[in-house]
Amino acid sequence: MLKLNSREIIAKRIALDLKNGDVVNLGVGIPTLVSKYIEDKKVYLQTENGLLGMGPSALKDEIDIDLIDAGKDPITITPEASFFDSAFSFAMIRGKHIDVAVLGTLEVDRYGEIANWSVPNQPILGVGGAMDLVAGAKKVIVASTLFKKDGSPKLVESLTLDSSGERRVNQFVTEYANFIFQDGEIFIDDIYGDLTFEELKRRIGLPLRQK
Amino acid sequence: MEKLRSSEDLESLFKDNMRLLVGGFGISGTPLTLLDAVAKFEAGNYEIVSNNLGDEGKGLHKVFEAGKIAKAIGSFFTINKEAVMAWSIGKLEINLMPQGTLAEAIRCGGAGIGGFYTPTAVGTRLAVGKEVREIDGVRYLFEKAIKGDIALIKASKADKAGNLVYHTTARNFNPLMATAAEVVIAEVDEIVEIGELYPEEIVTPHIFVDFVVESKYIKQGGTYVEIK
Repeated sequence: MLKLNSREIIAKRIALDLKNGDVVNLGVGIPTLVSKYIEDKKVYLQTENGLLGMGPSALKDEIDIDLIDAGKDPITITPEASFFDSAFSFAMIRGKHIDVAVLGTLEVDRYGEIANWSVPNQPILGVGGAMDLVAGAKKVIVASTLFKKDGSPKLVESLTLDSSGERRVNQFVTEYANFIFQDGEIFIDDIYGDLTFEELKRRIGLPLRQK
Repeated sequence: MEKLRSSEDLESLFKDNMRLLVGGFGISGTPLTLLDAVAKFEAGNYEIVSNNLGDEGKGLHKVFEAGKIAKAIGSFFTINKEAVMAWSIGKLEINLMPQGTLAEAIRCGGAGIGGFYTPTAVGTRLAVGKEVREIDGVRYLFEKAIKGDIALIKASKADKAGNLVYHTTARNFNPLMATAAEVVIAEVDEIVEIGELYPEEIVTPHIFVDFVVESKYIKQGGTYVEIK
């Protein structure tokens, strides 16, 4: 079997938690990969630029450049798809009609508040739909590798980057383990990488509990 | 057709310091022909309301390069490298808004609503200086509605009355902007006879559309190409 890289491991683990019938919004980056692992579950993919029923990426000869996802890549649609304007699309998002939003993140604090829009040391001139999804989806799962380039964890005591909103996310899926934020505590319910619970605890330096 | 114009005919509508609402997400649903003309018109110093400032060197990118944009209100300018540069040296004012807040502000502007409370962005840097109000235990941020002097929008078809239909995700902000400006100019790929569009498929009724311009762009090889 082909060995999955960190991004694929994260995407596959997230796909495992999606349920039949879920309406799901996938952010750019690792979240986009989740659609590869949904397999035979029927989920409805929403993209905030105005489509419910996103299909796979468009092949070269089927590209219609009007038809793109939120990352501006050409896509296809599923048979039950519908199109709508941006206000309706965000009504769907803020109005709690999206079951799961899967978003990338730069940091997550111990309670599940995230920073996923400002890039370190760069002017902050793009937010897109990130804050609306954080505020409005019924469940928010964030996807990221667990450690920064300098080896420090992205799961932190308090955010050093700009917050994406005070709503706390439900889950942080990394290449090592699945973190769940519940009642002010961090639980790990699934370890699938090569760090043990004790090693994760030591490297993250925050109170963790096993579920 | 009474509302049909060439983009060049519309120059007298544009005045310095106007606020222009410009449709599009990336360049999908962007009125490229109209923006080419706006880049060449005399007037400038515009305040632009648009999700981003063009892409791939097209659309608002050209208006920006022509030195006609003083301020941009939108949700995602990271892709507009030149704009980011201009902002960093104080040559461009930027007002960043979450995409859903931007859309709803325009919707309200066109619907006679003065503003709205949204849960988005509460507790973030984008909420600084804005009113926060708790309603039924949830904290919301007050956002004012947005209206414009001229809306430049893109649709796929207009009938000869000016009714509009859109194509796939090129719809995005366009129908909203059609309701929220004093003057609305729609660029379309195709003009059809009255009666050819089903009343049920019309997204923007003709009363919202003042002028219609035929697009000089076609879709080809994964991008939009200007036909000479």
